[in-house]
Order: sequence, then C-alpha cells, then structure tokens
Amino acid sequence: MMKKYDIIEINDLNLFYGDTQALKDISVNIKSNSVTALIGPSGCGKSSFLKSLNRMNDLVPIAKTTGEVMLDDKDIFEQGYDIVALRKRVGMVFQKPNPFPFSIYDNVAYGPRVHGVKNKKRLDEIVEKSLKQAALWDEVSDRLKDSAMGLSGGQQQRLCIARVLAVEPGVILMDEPTSALDPIATLKVEDLIHELKKEFTIVIVTHNMQQAARISDETAFFLMGEIIEFEKTSDLFENPKDKRTEDYITGRFG
Amino acid sequence: MNRKFGRLKDTLGFVQIGLSALVTIGILGLILYYILLKGIPNISWGFLTTGFDSEYHGIADILLTTIFIIGITLVIAVPIGVFAAIYLSEYAKQGRIVRIIRFSIESLAGIPSIIYGLFGYIFFVLLLGLKFSLLSGGFTLSILVLPTIIRSTEEALKTVPKSYKEASLALGASRLYTLFKITLPSALSGIMSSVILSVGRIVGESAAVFMTAGMVYRLPGSIMDSGRTLAVHMFASANEGFSFDETWATAAVLVILVAIINLAARLLTRILSKKFSMGKG
Amino acid sequence: MQKKKLLKKIASYGVEKLFLLSACVAVLALLVIGVYILVSGLPGMFKIGVGQFLFGEKWSPSEGYYGILTMIIASLAATIGAAVIGVGIGVPTAVFLADIAPKWAVRILRPAVELLAGIPSVVYGYFGLVVLVPFISNTFGGAGNSLLAIIIILGIMILPTIINLSELAIRAVPRSFVEGSLGLGASRMQTFLRVSLPSAKSGITASIILGVGRAIGETMAVILVAGNTPQIPGSILDSVRTLTINIAFEMSYASGIHREALFATGVVLFAIIMILNFTLQAVLNRKAGTRKRRRAGVKPR
Repeated sequence: MMKKYDIIEINDLNLFYGDTQALKDISVNIKSNSVTALIGPSGCGKSSFLKSLNRMNDLVPIAKTTGEVMLDDKDIFEQGYDIVALRKRVGMVFQKPNPFPFSIYDNVAYGPRVHGVKNKKRLDEIVEKSLKQAALWDEVSDRLKDSAMGLSGGQQQRLCIARVLAVEPGVILMDEPTSALDPIATLKVEDLIHELKKEFTIVIVTHNMQQAARISDETAFFLMGEIIEFEKTSDLFENPKDKRTEDYITGRFG
Repeated sequence: MNRKFGRLKDTLGFVQIGLSALVTIGILGLILYYILLKGIPNISWGFLTTGFDSEYHGIADILLTTIFIIGITLVIAVPIGVFAAIYLSEYAKQGRIVRIIRFSIESLAGIPSIIYGLFGYIFFVLLLGLKFSLLSGGFTLSILVLPTIIRSTEEALKTVPKSYKEASLALGASRLYTLFKITLPSALSGIMSSVILSVGRIVGESAAVFMTAGMVYRLPGSIMDSGRTLAVHMFASANEGFSFDETWATAAVLVILVAIINLAARLLTRILSKKFSMGKG
Repeated sequence: MQKKKLLKKIASYGVEKLFLLSACVAVLALLVIGVYILVSGLPGMFKIGVGQFLFGEKWSPSEGYYGILTMIIASLAATIGAAVIGVGIGVPTAVFLADIAPKWAVRILRPAVELLAGIPSVVYGYFGLVVLVPFISNTFGGAGNSLLAIIIILGIMILPTIINLSELAIRAVPRSFVEGSLGLGASRMQTFLRVSLPSAKSGITASIILGVGRAIGETMAVILVAGNTPQIPGSILDSVRTLTINIAFEMSYASGIHREALFATGVVLFAIIMILNFTLQAVLNRKAGTRKRRRAGVKPR
C-alpha cells in the first residue's frame, strides 16, 4: 500500500451565503487513502464543507469563500484554477441516488466521454472496470443497455459510485450516500467504501454515528460551522476531548 | 327557518355548479355534433387530394400551403424560442432584464391575432416589401407562436431534476456539455410537445394569416407567393357561402387536425413526466 | 491544449450570449410591434382629429367620416356580455372540476374543455353563422346577425381560459383553509363562497382578464355573426361592428386616409390590450406576493 500523505490541506477556510457565515476558520488536513467522516447536527456546515472541496458551492450565486484549499499543493480557489480538472480529480456522490435517465452503460461512460474518451473499446473497458470496482458488475453485466432507472435504490447508488470511479478521481466526496437506502443496501455501500479506500481518498458526510465509527479512519465533528474536534475515529469516539463532542456522540443533543 | 333557507341556498349552489358543467359539455357536444354530422360525410378522398378546379373543390393545395407556412414558421420560431427558454430556465438570474423579458413574453401572448395581422401587414408586407406572401405570413406567425414555444419549453426544462445537472457538473462536465447531453435530451419530449402545440396554433390561425399571406386560392410557386391556409380557406368559404357541405367538411378536417395535434402534444408531455417518476426506491 | 481550452471558453461564452439574444427577441418583437402600430396609426388619428375619431358616431369612408365610437361601444358591450357568460358558466364549472367532480366526470370534462380550447376561431364563427344566427332569428325575430350572437360565441370561446385558470387557482387554496372552515361547521357551499373563492380571487380575476383580452381581440369568429353595421346598438338583437372587424373587413380595399383610419383603429385596440396586459401582470404579481407571504406564515416553527 502507498504511504499516506496529506492530499488536501485546508487553511482558514471561511464560507458565506450572503450575510450568513456557513463555515468558520476551518483548518484541517485530509490524509490520502483513508476515509474521513464528517459528523454533526443538521445545518452545522458539514455538507457545505464537502461541497467546498470540489467547488460545487460555485453553483450558489450568493456563496463567497475565503482561505485556501490546497489539493496536490495547489489552491483550488486560485484565479484560473481549472474547475473541470478539479471535478475530475475530486468526484462526488450525492445523498439521493441520481443516475441519469440513460442506460447503465451510458451512465458510467458519461464521465469519460465528457473528458474526451471516444474509443468504443476503451469505453467498454472503463465501464467494466468501474462497475467491478463498485461491486455492481455481477448484478448488471447482462443488462448494461437497460435503463438505470430500473435498478433498485442501492444499485442506483453503487452505479453513481461507478460513474464517479470511471473518471479516475483521486478523492471521492460522499454526501450522506446511504441516507436514502435500506439497511442491507447500506451495508453493501459501506463494504464498498472499505474496498475503495485502498485506491482512493474518501470524505464522507454521515448522520449515522455508527456508520462513521464503522467505516472511517478519521472523524471531524462540526458544530455551527466550526470543527470542534478532528481525531482518529477510535480516539474521537472513545475519548472525546471536547465536552460538546461527547454530548453529541452520546446523543445528548442534535 | 334560517337553517332551512341556508340549505336551500346550498342546494341551489350545487344545482348551478352542476348545470354549468353540463352546459360546458353540452356546448362542446353541440358543436361536435354539427361538425362531425355535417362535415365527415362530406370528406372524400377526392376532397383531400385534388385542387380547387376539380369537381370536388378539393383542399390538397391548401393543405400543402398550410404545411409550407408551418415549415417556415417553425424554422424561424423554434430555434429562437428554445434558446430563449434555455436562457430563462438555465442561465437567467433574477433581475431587471429577466423581468422585462418575461413581461414581453406575457404581453406577446396577450396580443390578439388581428393585431399581429395588422403589424405583419404594415411591417413585413408593406415596409419590408415582402408583399402578401408565405414569407410574410411565416414571419408574422413566428412572433405569434414565440410565447407558446418559450413557455412550454421552459416548463419542460424545469421538469429535469436538478440532481442530474449536479451529477454532471460534479463529473467535470461544463455547463454547456451538461445542457446538451443531459438537460436537453431529458426534456426532449417536452420540447417536441411545445413545437407541436405551436403547430396547432398555426393551423387554427386565420386573422394573422390572411392579412399577411393573402387569400389566393392556389398552390404558391415560391415562398414569395401568396396563398391560403386551411383556416383562411375555412373563413373564405364561410364568408362567400358557396357550399355549406364543403365548408362543413373543411371545418371537420380543421377540428380533427387540431385535436390530433393537441392530443399528440399531451401524450409527449405525459411521457416526459413519466420518465422522471419511474424506478424510484 | 491551452488554445483548445480558450476556444471552448469563447464558444461557451458565445452560446450563452446567443441564448440571451434569443430571449431578447421577444422584447424586440413587442417593441417593434408597438412602435409600428403607433407610427402607422397615430398620423391618421391626428389627421382625422382625435376627438372626431374616438367619439365620432359616423363611419362612412365614402363620405369622409371616420368615427369609431360605435365600434368601441360594440366591442365593450360584446366583451362585457361574453365575460358575464364566461364567468357565469366558467367559474362554477371550475369549482366543479376542482372540488366536487367525481373522477369519471373529470375524465370527461377536462378533455372536453381542452377540445373547446383547441377549436379554431373560424370554426366557432361558422357554427355561429349556420346554427346560432338562424336560431336567434327564429326565436327573437330580426336578422339574427347581432350583438347577442357575438356575445354567445365569445362567451363560449373564453370558457376554456376561465375554467382552466380558475380551476388552478381554486386547487391552489390550501387544504387547511377548507378543512378549517368545514371543521367550524360551515357547509360545503358556504366554504366555497366564503373561503375557497375569496382565497382564489386573484387567480380567478386573472382568468377573467385573460378571457376579456381574448374576447375583445377576437376577429374571425365575430366577423361571421355580427352583421357588421357600424351603429350604436339599441338592443342586443341589433347588428354591430367591433373594432377588430373594422380592421379586418375593409383593409383589403382601403387606401389613403381610409387605410390610415384602419391603422388608427389598431392603435385603439392595441392600447386596450396593453392596458389589460399591465393589469393582468399586476394581479399576477400581487398573487405571487400573497402566496409567498402565505407560505412564510404557514411555515412550521
């Protein structure tokens, strides 16, 4: 396995939506080939933080960011930073499975096509590899041309993961990827995440503290737009240093 | 006493509501009864496939003219209308310009055909010197159907879930790529439906057409010639009163055409809304 | 590589501007229509004399009289009459569709309304000419070509507009309002009259304005049943000529000042329509305002 290093360094990140501050002075480092979980009550800024990492917040007209997010030693907010390259390098899986209303094949091939892959054979290879990586190949290999809308929710979510894998990102952001799934589908996605961290860096927002404890290496606890505590997951859950973290993980608020 | 009176009032109210619904149905029934009863028996193969000088006083040339003018209108109005709708639903931010654009579209939708006809006559026929011609008619009709196309295309684009666009952007696709690969294909049936709806309007339109494309009963040789569409023909033959049978037949053709067109538009819209509601869970 | 990216950027910028430009075509079209209607119509109006033109009772181009008062009155009378019919039948039908109708009735009525909306004006006109005019003549005497015939045909033609939009407005009334009223022991009819209809008021008003706009601008249907005599109607059985008829009827052979007078008639009609447009948008904006407020008020916590 590769040696872990800090793949993303975040320094003094502030995010404003109009007059309200959504993130306050966030400074943390994300390690490569690991799973970083973001937990905290609703509206604490964890999703906003996640969306800062691939600049999806750009879609909100009133959003304003200060500070820096260094990815591979370059600030993604710098003027002229190639946002297409950023989103290729940092993939995203959303809360609700959102496959396109195309075939399974075309869903996975969408990203490579965006980035200019036209060769049919090459696309076939990418689709197969991505679906295998997402542990979906065995279930869909005989119906790649069927509509993705016919898959179950859990399958759709793994398809969305395969779709991200197909552009060969380094980092995958996941915004509560299992919140719309049943327990069995959730377990499958968790197993998948565990497999994926061998090759990818994963940052995951979750409401489910057991899930954070099960799958992550490090955990950040957000409250009111600030990171209260950022530790190895086992340390954070067993020995929280901050009273507020302890209150939260023991279910005293939120 | 009072209570009894209240109940009577209630009953009367329900009677009025029921009667109104019946009258609405009744009116349609009456119109359809006449059109179908008097019109359909007079529609013959010869009527549909020959020109005026045949024994049938056929409408073949008129149907062709109608198709030409539909073609001209769509070539002009569809790109402009669809682009405008894309701007409004995908790019526009709230602001003065958008408010002015929306006001203009709503106002255009409220302008009656006779004003379009008058304007087309003044502007295209006289000022630009296009004379009474299919082209003058096409230009005029393009403005007339613009609000229809813009509004219903915008509706169609709005049904495309935001999550699709997000997913595409998150995969590194540009806004434009997302528009052409995700948004437009997803909304395609809805956009088709808006085009078909505007065809329905063109087919049924008469006031704006006869003041710009003329009323001459012949097959136009080019788009600079004048000609007569089906609805204008309907008006002319009603006004001249030369044959009740043929006029009813024309009416029937007109109504059946418009009904089929509107039905097709509705089916396409339904396909669009179904597309996004299946396979969840 | 860098060059390709730059090209892409330029293309995307260009396409966005193209979309904006297309949207501006609507603005441009409205402006050009307004300007040319005015520029062609106003000179004639001034030549004839604004007072003479608007309030002159006599329209006789061969004698040099160009007064359109009779047509303004006919248009207004026809529109008001049509609105009365349209509202009288349309609003109750909308209530029926929105609240009362069983599923099977909706399944018949809704396509029926749609079909009515799709029938071209000339067909309504012909129906009026061949069925309605003889009926009026036989029942009430006279020629049958009359204000009454116009009112009935226009009333039918604006029904779909009024029904569809009123139904939408009534459906948009929050369930909680209706339940609240029924829960207080009000009857269903009282609930309609005191809660549903008042809450849907601006939507229904909008539907009526749209219907009125359609009625006052309608040409081809009325031209066939009006009789087209430019006179102030003494009764609804008299023959009349509306503003729209005047434009369509004589344009083909008019020239000189006569044609300018017809253009000027267009100005009057256009002005009426634009006033209706502004009113409609004001009503709709106010409606959007109330809805926002209502949503904010209902919001939990």
